[in-house]
Amino acid sequence: MIGIVDYGMGNLLSVFNAFEYLGVSVKICSKPEDLSQVDRIVLPGVGAISQCIFRLNENGFSEALHEQVIKLAKPTLGICLGMQVMAKQSFEGGTHTCLGWFDADVVRLNPGNSILKVPNIGWNTIQFDKQIPLFKGLPENSDFYLVHSYQVKVRHEAERVATYQHGETVTAAIMKDNIFATQFHPEKSQDLGLTVLENFINWKP
Amino acid sequence: MSKKRLIPKLQLATSRNNPNKLVVVITKQFGDKIEIGDPVSQSKIFQDQSADELIFLNIESNTNNIKTLSEVIAKVSEEIFMPMTVGGGVASDDDFRLLLSHGADKISINTKAVESPEFITEMSNKYGAQCVVVSIDYKKEADGCFQVYSQGGALATGLDPIQWAIKAEMLGAGELLLTCIDHDGMRNGLELEVPTSIVQQVNIPLICGGGCGLAKHFSDAFLQANVEAVSAGSFFAHRDQNLIQTRSQISNAGVVIRMQN
Repeated sequence: MIGIVDYGMGNLLSVFNAFEYLGVSVKICSKPEDLSQVDRIVLPGVGAISQCIFRLNENGFSEALHEQVIKLAKPTLGICLGMQVMAKQSFEGGTHTCLGWFDADVVRLNPGNSILKVPNIGWNTIQFDKQIPLFKGLPENSDFYLVHSYQVKVRHEAERVATYQHGETVTAAIMKDNIFATQFHPEKSQDLGLTVLENFINWKP
Repeated sequence: MSKKRLIPKLQLATSRNNPNKLVVVITKQFGDKIEIGDPVSQSKIFQDQSADELIFLNIESNTNNIKTLSEVIAKVSEEIFMPMTVGGGVASDDDFRLLLSHGADKISINTKAVESPEFITEMSNKYGAQCVVVSIDYKKEADGCFQVYSQGGALATGLDPIQWAIKAEMLGAGELLLTCIDHDGMRNGLELEVPTSIVQQVNIPLICGGGCGLAKHFSDAFLQANVEAVSAGSFFAHRDQNLIQTRSQISNAGVVIRMQN
């Protein structure tokens, strides 16, 4: 069973629908204790990081996630803001301490070119590490949908498993032990996105 | 760098045959509505044709029926795995939350933003700039100046579309959706003067629409005005237009768009 963390941040219906479409049983986890009933965890999220971290802390999800993801090592997928919150800190509108699962900072996109817009919204060709089982079955030059103004900068390059170009090299996915996270939205990236979600369902870290 | 986007725009209105149902309609210059189909089946067709994104706009701003709109979006999002912008009568935080919780990714605001510009900032702070699309409808007046209209094209606002776009960005908009009312449904090409100027003066993505009749009209907007996305309603609603063919024509013209996946 896949559990989607419902902490009041954004569009989890799309993530839910995508897993249902793939035929796997999926549960919306609105309370921290719900997480103990699932085998895999998805942390979605759209919006502002300050609200995101505030709600995770307020609802008691931060502690429950630490237990389930770090101690019990359940396979976990972060999406977009759900990925950024896994860093140590974010500089979106101030400095915010995040979950700290990755030795990483979240910084504003800096394309250094007025033709390239921020937020970057749209489909981008992702360069990915073909050895990673989560990218199994993807053709080269696969396009994924992104919408963001900030990106995760990891200190350990090996944890960055996918990138794309937006005037600079931007982190598209990170991975460490049982945790995989994407800046792009697999649930919004049509067939290729569904392939990544299916790989996550079958992933044995 | 993001690929340029082609975005079918599904305008929704109450069906003449069933007052409880929203159907897809096309309009000319924001006037007479022609019913063309069911939003769920239309969306599936667009997904199969690799549209990059979808826009749903309830154009009956008077009825302000956000709940019915959210039910349509919920049905669509069971079968469609692509980005969706939703709007039409959005005027409160509750409207945002309702639509986002039913599958919308971005919310388009228009009249409310004109009436209370601080609403842009509030929603941007709460949901992130990427979630807030400011929709700007405009006309060319007899004196040659451009003017913004709110309330679905009914009310002249006295605002200049270029200045309003710059202000919307400043207030926290994450994207702009620009529609020239004179060109809506006319299939005579897009108005490019205003978008060209806006692209040079703002740092957020611009979607422009109104008037696509040929693949060339899309590539003109991408190559001449350098917009990030083009939306079209009537163009995609006609059976003789195939999005896949259109995509190759646009790509052949030298525009970088997404390859078929």
